[in-house]
Amino acid sequence: MLKFFHRMASPKYFYQFAGKLIPWLGVACLGFLLVGLYDGLVLAPTDYQQGDSYRIMFVHVPAAWMSMFIYIVMAGAGAIGLIWHIKLAEVIAISSAHIGASFTFLALVTGSIWGKPMWGAWWVWDARLTSELILLFLYLGVIALYNAVEDKRAAARATSILALVGVVNIPIIHYSVEWWNTLHQGPTVTKFGAPSITIDMLIPLLLMAVAFKLFYATVVLMRARCEILQRERNSGWVRELVRASQ
Amino acid sequence: MNEFFHMGGYAFYVWTSYGLALLVLLANVLSPILLKKKLLSQLARREQRAGRS
Repeated sequence: MLKFFHRMASPKYFYQFAGKLIPWLGVACLGFLLVGLYDGLVLAPTDYQQGDSYRIMFVHVPAAWMSMFIYIVMAGAGAIGLIWHIKLAEVIAISSAHIGASFTFLALVTGSIWGKPMWGAWWVWDARLTSELILLFLYLGVIALYNAVEDKRAAARATSILALVGVVNIPIIHYSVEWWNTLHQGPTVTKFGAPSITIDMLIPLLLMAVAFKLFYATVVLMRARCEILQRERNSGWVRELVRASQ
Repeated sequence: MNEFFHMGGYAFYVWTSYGLALLVLLANVLSPILLKKKLLSQLARREQRAGRS
């Protein structure tokens, strides 16, 4: 097992292994996505208060969960890169930043579109919305900082520190609806005790959440492969790969 | 079927959200594919130059 991890940390093996894994993850993601969409848009009952507008939840909530999950993965990988100088961890961290930023954007925009008919406003400066917006800025800061530094190993060190400092925002986002009096509703799934959501709505929500997780796994590996190609472009195995593909 | 697309009067909000989600997912899939293509062709050109000299 340890040998496996040791080999995986080598960019060459990771590149090959990820290449084999990506199609399987992609197919699994598509399966969950299609079932989740059908379940969420067709089978799930109409909400007694919000009508059909609540169906935005099936993309909004998984996107918001992913925005936080990916941030933790990014900061964790960044920390591993900082401590043990593992190149692969740096690659995963920066590859996650782009995807995390896009999910944060999606969570904010779909939230806004949901807010308009339900709250009567596209945007309010409520604690949940503001802290999620800060998360988007943290992601963009990480990407900008990484691109600004020419030496990619130095860039990875700097961005990892920024990402780690930003972790403080994650519990703030999660608990914002409890600590402050927000317009945003409280948690209905991620809380102690039984979820206060009907099972017919919970199942599609969880299916979509799994689909989004698998999606992240798929595209982070795709991005990581590009990043490895770029970083290892002078190494023997990449040059061989390029010659073979010609 | 019509009722399905109508979404109880919230069609605009619901379908805009799902459309945007689709766009974000597609962008995330396409960008690494295009980037890989670009990188490989860049590296291939470099190999050709190295081969000639």
